[in-house]
Amino acid sequence: MNCIIVDDEMAARTIVAHLCDQVESLNVIDQFSNAMQAIKFLNKNDIDLIFLDIHMPDFTGFDFINTLKNPPKIVLTTSDRNFAIEAFEYDCIVDYLVKPITLPRFMKAMTKVQNVKAAPAALGEETPTVASEIATEKEMYVNIDRRLIKIEFDKIYLIEAKGDYILIKTDDKSYTVHSTLKKIEEKLPDSLFLKIHRSYIINFKRIIDIEDNSVLIEKDVVPISRSNRPELMRRLNLL
Amino acid sequence: MEKPSLKYIKELSGGDTDFEKKLIAVVKAELPGEMALYKENMENHAFAKAAENVHKLKHKFGILSLEKSYQVAIDYEEQLLQGEIGLGKEFESILERIQDFLLTLSLE
Repeated sequence: MNCIIVDDEMAARTIVAHLCDQVESLNVIDQFSNAMQAIKFLNKNDIDLIFLDIHMPDFTGFDFINTLKNPPKIVLTTSDRNFAIEAFEYDCIVDYLVKPITLPRFMKAMTKVQNVKAAPAALGEETPTVASEIATEKEMYVNIDRRLIKIEFDKIYLIEAKGDYILIKTDDKSYTVHSTLKKIEEKLPDSLFLKIHRSYIINFKRIIDIEDNSVLIEKDVVPISRSNRPELMRRLNLL
Repeated sequence: MEKPSLKYIKELSGGDTDFEKKLIAVVKAELPGEMALYKENMENHAFAKAAENVHKLKHKFGILSLEKSYQVAIDYEEQLLQGEIGLGKEFESILERIQDFLLTLSLE
């Protein structure tokens, strides 16, 4: 699969190129530090996949995609979680990687890319998007005292960081798991969960009410950090 | 006080020391320019542009496994977009720590 990397930050390009080296089927044809160079290249070359930074000077990743008549598959790379919803609007966007990108998360994205490529278009099925793939996942397993315990996503209403542990609160009971919010966030479907503070992830379908800087979810009052508030407000079905 | 480390770089490299050296060299080369742009924009009170610089710099925080500092950068970026600079000193002290840390790294 031929791919290019578009990112104005050299460190980011170096990391993505290294990650691509770990996947035998990926062939990095070229790297670009700005969108205009990449557009010129794409006018003359067929590419299967683009790793695209959203936040670039003069031309955002979304502006870039809008210039392409037949965009190839795109994996967004960004330091900003706030564009996830906008990303769902584009069928060509297969996944959304938050920097700094880890190898396990990159490999998960590559599995999605492979699945999209193998999708039976002849049957008239729609191209799977990030949202539809996530929607198929209904539960996760956590390791507690050497047992793998199944927890259904829709029963989780709150996850709280507690030092080296996380506390997962569900309708039935609470689980203390040796992990981090960052790790569990990668497993959770974006359609249900949102990090609203450095120590809290909520199931935003379970919100009871919201005050200025806090959310009432079941019986827990959870703080909202200023940086996460805009994303929360975007997700709400406001009258 | 959170200290920079090579944890993320080591995890990413999977033992490929050539890659580790390459990435460290890139971070060392790229950071001064990004910091200079940030300082220039702050001196000119161009806070929205400074927010863009902070956005780029925070990736370096992540590369050097500064998870708490990464959150500080997110909050500071948001502040700058609203014309506030409350977290500026904390952010700049993190930059100093990163500079000091990078000086201790040999590329041999």
